[in-house]
Amino acid sequence: MTGATGNVPRDERGRGLAERGAHGRLRVLPLGVALGLLAASLLAGVLVGAADLPVAGVVKALVDRVPFVHVDSGLSTVETNVLFELRVPRVLMAALVGGLLALAGAGYQGVFRNPLADPYLLGAAAGAGVGATLVIVVMPGNPEYGVPLAAFAGAVLGVVMAYVLGHTAAQGNGAATLVLAGVAVSSFLAAVQTFLQQMKAEELQRIFSWILGGVGSADWHQLALVGPYALVSTVVLLVHGRLLDVLSVGDEEAASLGLSAPRVRLTVLVAASLATACAVAVSGLIGFVGIVVPHAVRRLAGGSYRVVLPLSLLGGAAFLEVTDLVARTVIAPGELPLGVVTAFVGGPFFVAVLRASRRQVEA
Amino acid sequence: MTVRVRGLHVRLGGRPVLRDVSLEVPAGSWTAVIGPNGAGKSTLLRAVLGVLPSDGEITVAGADLAALKPRQRARLVAYAPQSPNLPVGMTVFDYTLLGRSPYIPHLGRESVHDRAVVAEVLDRLDLTGLAGRPLDHLSGGEKQRVVLARALAQQTSVLLLDEPTTALDIGHQQQVMELVDQLRLSDELTVVTTIHDLTLAGQYADDLVLISGGRVAAAGTPGEVLSREAIEEHFGARVRVTPGPDGRPLLSLERP
Repeated sequence: MTGATGNVPRDERGRGLAERGAHGRLRVLPLGVALGLLAASLLAGVLVGAADLPVAGVVKALVDRVPFVHVDSGLSTVETNVLFELRVPRVLMAALVGGLLALAGAGYQGVFRNPLADPYLLGAAAGAGVGATLVIVVMPGNPEYGVPLAAFAGAVLGVVMAYVLGHTAAQGNGAATLVLAGVAVSSFLAAVQTFLQQMKAEELQRIFSWILGGVGSADWHQLALVGPYALVSTVVLLVHGRLLDVLSVGDEEAASLGLSAPRVRLTVLVAASLATACAVAVSGLIGFVGIVVPHAVRRLAGGSYRVVLPLSLLGGAAFLEVTDLVARTVIAPGELPLGVVTAFVGGPFFVAVLRASRRQVEA
Repeated sequence: MTVRVRGLHVRLGGRPVLRDVSLEVPAGSWTAVIGPNGAGKSTLLRAVLGVLPSDGEITVAGADLAALKPRQRARLVAYAPQSPNLPVGMTVFDYTLLGRSPYIPHLGRESVHDRAVVAEVLDRLDLTGLAGRPLDHLSGGEKQRVVLARALAQQTSVLLLDEPTTALDIGHQQQVMELVDQLRLSDELTVVTTIHDLTLAGQYADDLVLISGGRVAAAGTPGEVLSREAIEEHFGARVRVTPGPDGRPLLSLERP
């Protein structure tokens, strides 16, 4: 065809149009707002805590860690230890987990073309539950990093089971069959988990506190443990935004545009499941983030996955950071389970987003 | 580019849907595939598109479609489905940009040129004013034009349109058909459409292919294919066929 190129492409106008119609591009304002929110929540997370650290001292101590900068923070050794061995890892872990869950949720939603898909859809949660419960039941005392490792393995195993089951049940790889397989595998693994925990009822307290989720035990070693997987899955997911947009017209139309939907789906599923497994391994089961954050982003910044994926990562990190802050301050010195607080904070937050976006549409 | 189909067999779920279908669409012409419901019209289009497993030979300008990579094929053949999936919240511009997908590296992003092509296509289809509008805020006629815009953004020489006029009123039907005809002439596109309205098919297409029971029952010019007997036999309808002012057949229903 010659017509569309026959006239010399009027790039000027193309650009003008792009400005008006380009919801597909990540723009500076939403990105800036998301980064600002994340920075503010990280700082708040570092400053607030049981030990009353002086604000100026904390800021100075953080600045001191920047290479080639030396500032005397005036913090005592104990205070420095509290800051760098407890608070900073915890703050980073909350951000990491929140970002991973929201990003994985957005990925699952793109793959299943359904805004209600969540990162636990294919059995990651139930699988992790079995893994963690098994370690708690079998290894009395303190199993060190046994729980996160077993949870990670369980989550991966759950998703693999669902995928294999869905794949063999239906010759193709229809998304609906996969979801059904996920439901079946989840129920089965949940039954196994219940069976295990009933065998050793005296460990119920520990099992439940793991299931309800939290990042209170975060340390640098755990961060280093999940860091590489988290990084890889994040990068893979972020570069698939445009392909998920193409996938949103369905398998057959995507094929007519030269895209193999099953291949994209598998890649995104693997990356998103890896991200979920990382999050579950170190924080237990934290619901809500994976659905609500991407949905809020969609409402506020547009539906293209090129926008939804990066903003969900940042937004999820900021959201869980704030949630963790609430979890450890509301009934201080006690702590609320993070999974409970996400739902508690997330509900009203979501209503606020719905109202704001409705006003935007009406205006 | 000439589209040639030889000895095409398609089975769906073990059931033969198309049997030994052969047809030839000369470069730059318009062929309408007609036939009763369930005859296999859409299946034929999807087989030519390459999204259905099929036996037989399908070539575009002599090139075997089955041997091409999906992206190469998507630069030769564009497709507008009968009921397209229009993602909620996606804008007209972004949707049209999906048509550039075969030219954008898998993990890359679109170039300024891609955006310029989209702007150009939207301009030609009179959609520039709607570029920033979400798809779910469009009327039926506008949606049909937007789907056409996405197909045109692929800059292919073959255009497959599955029922492009269903759910449109007579004014919009004429608008879409005229538009496709204009584009065909100006861009030398080879157009294959399935279509239910036989008079409309006869008005616009150079050739008609009548599919019935998975086989080609008749093929040729509208005057040759649209006979009272053929329509009674394959559609079970009683119609009067009269030549219009330009010689193309007009159909009117006969009440018993």
